[in-house]
Amino acid sequence: MTPQRSAYTRRTVLKSTAAATAVTHLTSAPAIADDGGTSEITLSVNGQRHRVAVEPRVTLLDALRERLGLTGTKKGCDRGECGACTVLVDGERIKSCLTLAVMRQGAEITTVEGLARGEELHPVQEAFIRRDAFQCGACTPGQIMSAVACINEGHTGSEAEIREWMSGNLCRCAAYQNIVAAVADAAKETPR
Amino acid sequence: MRNFGYTVARTPEDAVRIAAGTRNSTFVSGGTDLLNLMRDGAQAHDHLVDINRLDLAGIAVDRQALRIGALARMRHVAEHPLVRRESPVLSEALLASASPQVRNMAAIGGNLLQRTRCGYFRDAGSACNKRVPGSGCPAITGYNRGHAILGGSDHCIATHPSDLAVALTALDATVHLLGPDGARAVPIADFYLLPGSTPEREVALRPGELITRVDVPRTSLAAQSRYLKLRDRATFEFAVVSVAAALQMTGRTVRDARLAFGGIGTRPWRDTRAEAVLRGRPLTETTIAEAGRVLVRDAKPHNDNRFKVELVQRALARVLSELGGVR
Ligand SMILES: Cc1cc2nc3c(=O)[nH]c(=O)nc-3n(C[C@H](O)[C@H](O)[C@H](O)COP(=O)(O)OP(=O)(O)OC[C@H]3O[C@@H](n4cnc5c(N)ncnc54)[C@H](O)[C@@H]3O)c2cc1C
Ligand code: FES
Ligand code: FES
Repeated sequence: MTPQRSAYTRRTVLKSTAAATAVTHLTSAPAIADDGGTSEITLSVNGQRHRVAVEPRVTLLDALRERLGLTGTKKGCDRGECGACTVLVDGERIKSCLTLAVMRQGAEITTVEGLARGEELHPVQEAFIRRDAFQCGACTPGQIMSAVACINEGHTGSEAEIREWMSGNLCRCAAYQNIVAAVADAAKETPR
Repeated sequence: MRNFGYTVARTPEDAVRIAAGTRNSTFVSGGTDLLNLMRDGAQAHDHLVDINRLDLAGIAVDRQALRIGALARMRHVAEHPLVRRESPVLSEALLASASPQVRNMAAIGGNLLQRTRCGYFRDAGSACNKRVPGSGCPAITGYNRGHAILGGSDHCIATHPSDLAVALTALDATVHLLGPDGARAVPIADFYLLPGSTPEREVALRPGELITRVDVPRTSLAAQSRYLKLRDRATFEFAVVSVAAALQMTGRTVRDARLAFGGIGTRPWRDTRAEAVLRGRPLTETTIAEAGRVLVRDAKPHNDNRFKVELVQRALARVLSELGGVR
């Protein structure tokens, strides 16, 4: 287990100043951070366990990017609307900007950094390159994570089905045509 | 986002006790609405009680009802074979909601309690009677394209955004609650409140009450049901207008019908008078049109949403024609 010191960057948005609301109470043994202070939690990311110190308000997205330095996961809208922050939690795709890091203790998290096996890219990554399925690349890690799940879920029967089941991922460069082609390609290569 | 305390509850009783004993606390399930509201400053809490570890995620069935645990995720309810066979309208409403990622996260209880998408409500800088009682409703004279044409008051015309709630309203579901004073059940028709002069009160939930389960009666009617959702883009968008309909026919005659609507009312909108127009009569263009006219009889459209009066009648006609095989 690697103890992680915070990897603050210029984009650190987590202001720990205006410290909040110490609510103390009662009865049942609180799990953590009863008072809103920072507490150490364990996050399991790409098969590695990390100790991170977070306040309850830190989203999983911010914990990944700002604390663990895993900046492959992108922040687009920070409100669930664009899909750039898509990661897998216990194999299911979610939007990491809409969940708190403290809520994901004990879960197995996979980010785009966890897809390749050494130098060998994941078939979905290969297909995105082959099909030229991106322009600026800002949405791409989220598209790829979503595509991995979309294929696992079996929602790749037709172009229309791929479009519907990839609809949680927006692309401001509108590379949709090639994204759909890449997902269809990768689905053919992926044994389910 | 302002900081807050956080506790993981282990049992429903535990959750209720912690919430009741902690000032300005609330439950969190998926967090997909709550975190946005807190980020925007539309809602503020000093403490979140995480209910995700409660054993309330099951979907069970017995002779009377389909019993959906409050922590069942939207995806799992939508995909459940029994839901799809016996109450397709539920599955269709869920699959037309949000995105695959959000449906993996969001739970049924949280879905029913999501707040309105009214821009004035979500913007902490605007007046809003729902958010700050007495501050006024800018939507009534302002931008109100997404707002209600039925059930509004001088204080609020916001719609409820849940597609699932519309489908559950058509199927006469019951919401089960656990609170500091024990358990109780509320029919969904009484669960959502009209705004009247207290738009800040949206649901019949008492302080500290937890939704534990939603029961959907098993009827042959529900098996013949559909959800039609009209929106500004093909998918991943809230409803402009939606219709949940269940229809049982004997030959060409309507034996029974259930009709609920989204996007037009200040709560998931059931209209039993429109249902009565159809019951016992042949399903024809004429009877369908009559049901539509009854539905919008008391409509009070606003500047930007007059089109909904016509649109909802057309949506109703389309669903009923498809369900009843009318050309
Ligand atoms: C981008 C986007 C698009 C969306 N599109 C749609 C759409 O098209 N159609 C649609 O219907 N919805 C849509 N939604 C809304 C989504 O369905 C809701 O955010 C979600 O269902 C809320 O569930 P949750 O578990 O995440 O709730 P949370 O956000 O965790 O909680 C919501 C509220 O419910 C309370 N709560 C949660 N569970 C319980 C319980 N068991 N008992 C008592 N109180 C409880 C919380 O305290 C909170 O006040 C969309 C959301 C996003 C982010
Ligand atoms: S950053 Fe999470 S959906 Fe846009
Ligand atoms: S490639 Fe630029 S946003 Fe998708």
